[in-house]
Formats: sequence, structure tokens, C-alpha cells
Amino acid sequence: MTARKSERLLNLMITLLVSRTYVSKARLREVVEPYREAGDEAFEKMFERDKEELRSLGIPIEVGYVDQGFEDEPGYRIERSAFELPDIDLTPEEAAVIGLGARVWQHAGLASATSDALVKLKAAGVSVDRAALSVVQPQLTAEEPAFEPFWDATRTRTPVRFDYRRSSAVRATTRHLQPWGVVSSRGRWYVVGHDTDRSQPRVFRLSRVQGDVVDDGTPGSFDVPPGTDLRAITRSLAPPPADRTAEVLVRSGAAHGLRRHAQPTGGEAPEGWERLRATYGAADAFADEVLGYAAEVVVVAPAEVRESVVRRLQEAARAQEVTL
Amino acid sequence: MTGARDQVARLLALVPYIQSRREVSLDQAAADFGVPPSQIVKDLNVLWFCGLPGLGMGDLIDVDMDALEGDGVIRVSNADYLSRPLRLDSSEASALIVALRALREGSDDDVRPIVDRTLGKLEAAAGDGAAQAAEVDIRLPERQRQVDELRDRLSRAVSDQRQVRLDYYVPTRDETTERVVDPLGVVTADGNTYLDAYCHLAEDQRLFRVDRISSAEVLDTPVERHDGLEPRDLAAGIFQPSGTDLLVTLRLDPTARWVAEYHPVESSRNERGGGLTVRLRVGDPAWLVQLMLRLGASAEVLEPAGLAETVRSVALEALANYS
Repeated sequence: MTARKSERLLNLMITLLVSRTYVSKARLREVVEPYREAGDEAFEKMFERDKEELRSLGIPIEVGYVDQGFEDEPGYRIERSAFELPDIDLTPEEAAVIGLGARVWQHAGLASATSDALVKLKAAGVSVDRAALSVVQPQLTAEEPAFEPFWDATRTRTPVRFDYRRSSAVRATTRHLQPWGVVSSRGRWYVVGHDTDRSQPRVFRLSRVQGDVVDDGTPGSFDVPPGTDLRAITRSLAPPPADRTAEVLVRSGAAHGLRRHAQPTGGEAPEGWERLRATYGAADAFADEVLGYAAEVVVVAPAEVRESVVRRLQEAARAQEVTL
Repeated sequence: MTGARDQVARLLALVPYIQSRREVSLDQAAADFGVPPSQIVKDLNVLWFCGLPGLGMGDLIDVDMDALEGDGVIRVSNADYLSRPLRLDSSEASALIVALRALREGSDDDVRPIVDRTLGKLEAAAGDGAAQAAEVDIRLPERQRQVDELRDRLSRAVSDQRQVRLDYYVPTRDETTERVVDPLGVVTADGNTYLDAYCHLAEDQRLFRVDRISSAEVLDTPVERHDGLEPRDLAAGIFQPSGTDLLVTLRLDPTARWVAEYHPVESSRNERGGGLTVRLRVGDPAWLVQLMLRLGASAEVLEPAGLAETVRSVALEALANYS
């Protein structure tokens, strides 16, 4: 069964590819054997399905008129320049880059798309020897179930709707979005787009999308505004650079994790303690880190971090008193 | 039926693939296409009945069956019109381009220009198919390079079945310990990479977060066998609480609801005002104490009372440093 159908699809494709002019259905019925043998209705159905199947493989089937003078009989053809992969001439090192690239995605759908691309490039004469280049292999993962629908919606420019719950919100709300693109920051994926409910650009974290992502319009029905800078958006998601310093007292032999980004100040410290200068980016995150060491670390300065630590320790002690 | 569609897709690459190389061994073709050799033979048998319209003498694609059956070598002729593969479609082009960008982010100064040249050529060949890739941005974490290097080395140790000596930092205990492990696999979950291994220090299977490994030395000693030890399946997430872990009940304010997103909870109840009451298994009480100090007023241990007392006394002890 499979073999017969493959033959039919290939013969149809070759006929459309080698013809200089549009080929009429009548002609196709003459030259493709299963079409010839089928009844009228069966042929129509079979031909429609075959055309769609070829198109789903990315084969561009054009529709035009068999005779340009008389626009009566429709015909079909495949324009070779739209069908064929253009020449791509790669050095062995560049081919190795392609080979390594095909192993980057750890997401099933994207990994299969890259290996399909690799097969096509090999078919274009590219020989891949990954050993031609010594490079550390990165990996891209995308575990969020919403990743693939957003990736596809971005690719096809299809508006979508989905349920989304902000971290502090109790309930999810339905959001409507024209997705411009996806960005990955620190191992997490986000979608950026135009939120049509709020008439503003918005960023959504994919792990907070609940349930299915549903098409909410036709493909190609919006454009990404010119000048949209996804890099700038990704930068805003990244933690601030560790360019601030705090003075801390650390108990001798403790807080090894914090010592990784701290230096002794040389200043005096009580017996059993050391005085260190630690670098940090965000005050909140640094306070979190200090709280992790409980009584082993004391923040001397800045006041902002010191007060945040003291306040939270007082609150944590008080919160438990309800239970006790 | 997707069988025919996949087969046609493969043939549209297979024919130019063979023609651009004149001849290819069956095994090589099977390896390059990621299918068994028997599938390639089936594909070639389809070709046998394909060709120019009319399919008369001299119109059919010619597959050298003697060479195939005799020497396991594929030769195809009379198919000049299929000398180039199909264009990359937008999903293939964008997936590969984004992968190369990730490769570029993590590469050295001497490799980056090669990746850039490859990207340029690929984008030119992909044409319109490359459009989406412009709307994808990848920013790797700062320590990603180190993690990638370690992962490469550890993956080799897994396949070579060699023991590894690790320096590993355990944040809840604030200590770096040296240990020898028998690696079982390298896995990713929740955006982190882990080494799954039998640890000779713990005398049990453990997961090690690769970004907390400060050094890893692959030893010449082969791994030891451990009966009944299976590589972990992390499909359900990284925290796989055990029934023997401490069962803890927490009250979470709306601002602390994220705790229930990051850690699997046994049960969760919405409270008036938007808070939650959750029950979760805690393997290491020290972890929970740290979490509670960070959460401040936005969370409270309801049960067990002993743990609430621990949180309070640790908080008071730390506060004493500030008075």
C-alpha cells in the first residue's frame, strides 16, 4: 500500500516538475497510472489529497491556466527554483558546525526538524564530519508543554489565546496574543508579543501557561512591528550584573557558597568571624542568599540589604508563633 | 497514512544524495538517513517504478540492483531532474539557525567566526524559510560554558563506564565534599543539567547538579556494577519525593504561591484571600528552614510543630547577631 502510494506521489511530482507549462488534470490522468484507473469521483478525491500531501512536504505546487490565451482550463506545475535548495558550499569546518548544530535541540519536535534539515543538506552534497571542529556542544531544552504551539504560532504568525496565571495571582485568566517571537533566558522560555486585551507588548513565561494554546485567528494575520528588539527584551529578563558590593561578617569555616563571590576586606572582625566584601547583582536575591546561612553570616552594609534580612528574620520568627 | 509521505520525503533527499556522490554504500546511506538499511532498500524499490511522464522505456529511474544486492552499493541514474534536494521549510530552517546561534553563544573566539560564516551561508540558502529565526533569541546562563564542558566530559565517562571523582557543593549543608561516583547518565530537567550516579560516599544513587560540581576528574577505574540500579527518568520533574520524607504542612500567602509551582505538593487547598495551604514531602529539613527564612511573613509551618520551632529558633539566633 505504502509503496503504491509513494510511487503515485512521486510520479505526480516529477510530472509537475519537469513540465515547462501548466499541466491539466486531464493530462495528469493520462500519465499517472492510478489516476487513469480510477473513476471520475475517486480520481478527484485522490488528486486533491495527493496535492495536499505534497504541499505538506513543502513542495510548492502552483496553479495557473494551461493556455494563457484562454483562461478556462486550470493546470498545475512546480517551479524548479522554488522547489530546489540553492547551492550551499561549505568548508569541512562549516559542515561540522551544521552537524554539531543538529544535536543542540533536546526537544523532540525541534530535534526532528533539525535532523530533517541535516538530511537535506547532506543530499545537497554536504559531508558532515563533526570531528573537523573541536567545540563544546551546547544543548537547548524546552520542557514547557506550551513551547511547541508558541514556536509554531510565531512561525506562522497566528494569533493565539491561552490561560495564564501570574505568580501572585490566584486564578488563571484568558489572554489573547499576537506572538512575535520566543526568547530563552537562563533555561526558561518566554513568548513576546502584542497583548490584544491590553493593547501593549507583553512577555509571558511559558511555564505559567495553563492548558492548551489555541489558535485565535488566521495564519499570517499580523506583522511583527519593524524595529522590535527581542535582544533588549531578553536582556531585561536576565539578572542584573553583579556590580554591587556588600560588607559581611562570616563565621570562620562557614558560608563556603558565599565565599565564592567574596574577598577578605582585611578589616577587623570579632573572634571567630571574618570580614568579607561580597559582590552581588540584585539586593533581594543577595538577601535570600544571606538568609540561607542563617546565623553564619551578618550583613554590615549596605543598609538596604541589612534591613531586608533583619525584617524577614523577625517576620519568620513571628509567623511561626501562630503555630507554636 | 503517514508512511507514504515520509517515504516520499526521504526519496526526495535520497536521490540527490546518491547522485551528488555517484555511489554510496547502503550502510552509509542508512546511517545518514537514520533508518535501517532494509528501509532504504524498500525506498529504492519504489523508485524502480518512477520516472518521466508516460513511464515508457528509458523514462524510468534506474537503480543498479546488481550493485545493491551484490556489493551493498547504491547507484542511481536517469534522474537528472532530481539532482537537488527540496528547500528547507521554515520549521527546519529556523530550528537549525537557532541551534547554530546557541552554538555561537557558547563558542570560543576562534570558532565564532566559523559559526558566523556557516550561519550566513545557511540563511542565504534558506531564503524566506529563515524569517522566523529572526524572532527567536537565546541567552545562555553565565556559567553555561562551564556546564557544557562538564557535561561533555561526564557524558564521555558515562559511555566509557569510568568512575569520576567530584568536588560537589551542597548548598543546604554549605559544604563541598569530594566523592567518587559511578556515572549512570547525564540528564536535564527544569532547565538544569544533572549527573545521575551511584555515589560511593552516600552509598546510594544521587543526582548532582552540574553547575554545583566545581571539579570532575574522570578516573581510569571502571565503574562498579550495582544490581537493581536504573538510570532515572526525570519526566516527572527533578523532585521525586519519597514516602519516608517528612510530611510538612505550610500556609502560603498569595505572594508565596510560587512555592507550590516549584515543588511538587501532595495536596493544595485555596484559602480565602488568595493564599494556599499545602502539604509537601521534605527530604532535608535544612532546606525547608532556609526556605522559610526567605519567605518571612508570607509563609508559616503549620505542621509538624517541631519544625516550626526550629525555624523560629534559627531566626532568633540569627537576629541576635544584629542586636
